[in-house]
Amino acid sequence: MPEETKEPDSVLPQPEGAKAPSNADAAGKPAAPAVGAESAKVTPATEANPVESAKPAAAAKPAVPAAAAAPKPPATPAKPAGPVPEPWESEFAAQLRQQYGSAIQEASKYLGQTYMVVDQSILSEILRRMRDDEGFDYCVDITAVHYPKREQQFDMVYVLYSFPKNERTRVKTRIKDGEHVPSAVSIWETANWLEREVFDMFGIVFDGHPGLKRILLPDEWKGHPLRKDYDILLQDREWVQANLGIESGQ
Amino acid sequence: MSEPIDTSYLDLDTKDETFLDSTEMVLNMGPQHPSTHGVLRVILKLDGEKVLGTECIIGYLHRGVEKIGENRTYTMFNPYVDRMDYVAAVSNGLGYCETVEKLLSVEAPPRAQYIRVILTELCRISSHQVWLGTHALDIGALTPLFYAFRDREEILKIFEKYCGARLTTHAFRIGGCIYETYDGFEQDVKKFCEFFIPKLDEYEELLTTNRIWLTRTKGVGILNPEDCIALGVTGPVLRASGVKWDLRKAQPYESYKDFDFEIPTGVNGDTYDRYLVRVAEMRQSVRILQQAIEAIPAGPIMAKVPKVIKPPVGEVYHSIEAPKGELGYFIVSDGSTQPYRVRVRPPSFVNLQALDKMVRGLLVADVVAVIGTLDIVLGEVDR
Repeated sequence: MPEETKEPDSVLPQPEGAKAPSNADAAGKPAAPAVGAESAKVTPATEANPVESAKPAAAAKPAVPAAAAAPKPPATPAKPAGPVPEPWESEFAAQLRQQYGSAIQEASKYLGQTYMVVDQSILSEILRRMRDDEGFDYCVDITAVHYPKREQQFDMVYVLYSFPKNERTRVKTRIKDGEHVPSAVSIWETANWLEREVFDMFGIVFDGHPGLKRILLPDEWKGHPLRKDYDILLQDREWVQANLGIESGQ
Repeated sequence: MSEPIDTSYLDLDTKDETFLDSTEMVLNMGPQHPSTHGVLRVILKLDGEKVLGTECIIGYLHRGVEKIGENRTYTMFNPYVDRMDYVAAVSNGLGYCETVEKLLSVEAPPRAQYIRVILTELCRISSHQVWLGTHALDIGALTPLFYAFRDREEILKIFEKYCGARLTTHAFRIGGCIYETYDGFEQDVKKFCEFFIPKLDEYEELLTTNRIWLTRTKGVGILNPEDCIALGVTGPVLRASGVKWDLRKAQPYESYKDFDFEIPTGVNGDTYDRYLVRVAEMRQSVRILQQAIEAIPAGPIMAKVPKVIKPPVGEVYHSIEAPKGELGYFIVSDGSTQPYRVRVRPPSFVNLQALDKMVRGLLVADVVAVIGTLDIVLGEVDR
C-alpha cells in the first residue's frame, strides 16, 4: 500500500505538464456545460422535426394500433417521425411470405433489426422452424406489450438469436385479451420462466406449459401489473393487509 | 444357534418407498440464508443428502422496475436501472443508455465511448470480485472474501472520484457521459491495473490449486453446451461450457472493437471451470483497461441529444455483455417522453433457471456451491 500512495506523487506531475490539452479538458468542467449549452442551442433546430412530427404521430397513434400497426402502405402517409420500418428483404423472408401468404402480417427491418409479425395460428410452426431450420437456437427473451385500445390487445414478442449466424431477430404475434398462446417450452427450455413471467405480469395463458403459475408476485395476488389498465398506485390491498399486517403498501 | 432368522416381516421383495434410504424429504433453503446471496428461496427435494429436484421461489425483491419505467421519462428512469444488478450498476446504465440512443439514432462520441468502456470494465472486475469473495466464502474459504473486498475498494474509489457514488453510480447519460474524467483519472486506472494483477495472482494462489477448493468445485454442477443454449444461459457460465461467445466480440458495441482481448473459455462446464473463466476474464478486463487508457481520445463527451428525450415511434432490442451475461433492454416508444414499455432481459433471472438441472443428483452442500457459481444478484432476478 505505501507503494501505491507513493506512486501518484511521482506520476501525477508528469502528465500534468505533458498533457496540457486533455488536462484543460478535464479541469474544464466548464467544457462540459459548454457542450451542453451548444447542444441546447442546436437542438431546437434538430428537435423541431421530432416535435413537429411527434404531433402527427400522436394523432396517428390511435390509428396505428387499431390498424394492427398496419403493414406499410397505410402507415407511410403519416410517418415523418424518424426512421421508418423498411421491408425485410431476404431469401428467408421472401420464402416465408410465399409459403404462408397473409399469415405473415409483416416482415420488416427497423434500425437494422429485423422482425416479423405472424398470425397466431402459425406461431408455433414458425418458432419451431426458426430453431430447427434457421438456426435460431437461443431464445433470448419472451415478453409482451399491452395496447388496450387495440382489438388484439397484446403483442407477444420473442427475441431470438442464432449462434451459427450471429444474428438476432424478433417474432411477434398479436392476440386478443383472454386468448391463449401455445407454449414454447418444448422448443426452448428457457421459455419456462419467461412465459411464467409474462403470465404473471400480463395474464396471458400459455397452452402446454408444464407449470404455469406466478413467478415474481405471490400466488394469491390479484391483477396483472404490466397491463396498462393496472395503475402504478394500484395494489392488491387485501393481500397486503392479510400478509404484511399493514394498512397499505404505498 | 443356527436357527434361520425370520425375515418375512421385512418384505424384501417388494420395494418399500418409506424404508430407510428411499425416504424423501423436503428441505426449505432460504429466503434468509447467507449462501443464497439475497432473498432466494430454494425448495429442495432430498433423498438422504442427495438432491432429487429443486424449485426456486423468487420475487421477494420485486419492485416493479418495468412498471416504474413506463411511468417515468427516459431520463428519469436512468437511475432506476442501477438498482437491478447493484454490484454492477455501471453495466446496467450502459445497456439502458445505449438502447435509448439506438432508438434516437445517436451515438456517443468516441471519448465518451472510451470512458464508458473503462468504467464498465472496472465494474466487471468489481462484480467478479464480489462473486469470488462470496462464492469462496460459501464453500468455506474465508480469506478470499477479505482480499477481494479490500481490492474492490480501489475500484469503488475511482467510481466515487468520477461520479460521487460508489455503487449505484448513474455514471452515464443518454448520449454519452455527463462528467469529464477528473484530474488523475488516467493515473488512477493505470495504477489500479498494476496493482491488481499481483492481487489476482494472490487469489489464484489461494484457490486454483487448493485441494479443498478442487474437491468442492471440480465436476460439480456440470452444464454441457447444449443445455446452456437451450436454457438461454449466457455469460461466464456459458463460456465455461466451451462456447466461445461474448457480445463484446460477437456484436461489438461502444469501442470494444478497438481493443485486443481474448474470450476465455472452459472445457468441462463445471464449477471449477467457471471459476477459472471468471478469473481469466478479470485479466482480460485489465488488458482492455490498459489499452483504453492509453488510447483515450480527446473531444466532446456528450452527443447532441435533445433536452427532452422523445424517441420516434418504434421498438428496439439491444443487449450488452454484463458481468453476469447478456443484459438486454427491449424498449417500445410511442413518440412521447415516457417509454411505452421497458422490458429488461436480466441475465441472472435466466441463468438461475439452470439451477435445477445443475444440482440434480448432487449433495445439499453442492447446492450452495452451484448457487455461488451462477453468480446471481437477486435485485436483478426479481427486478
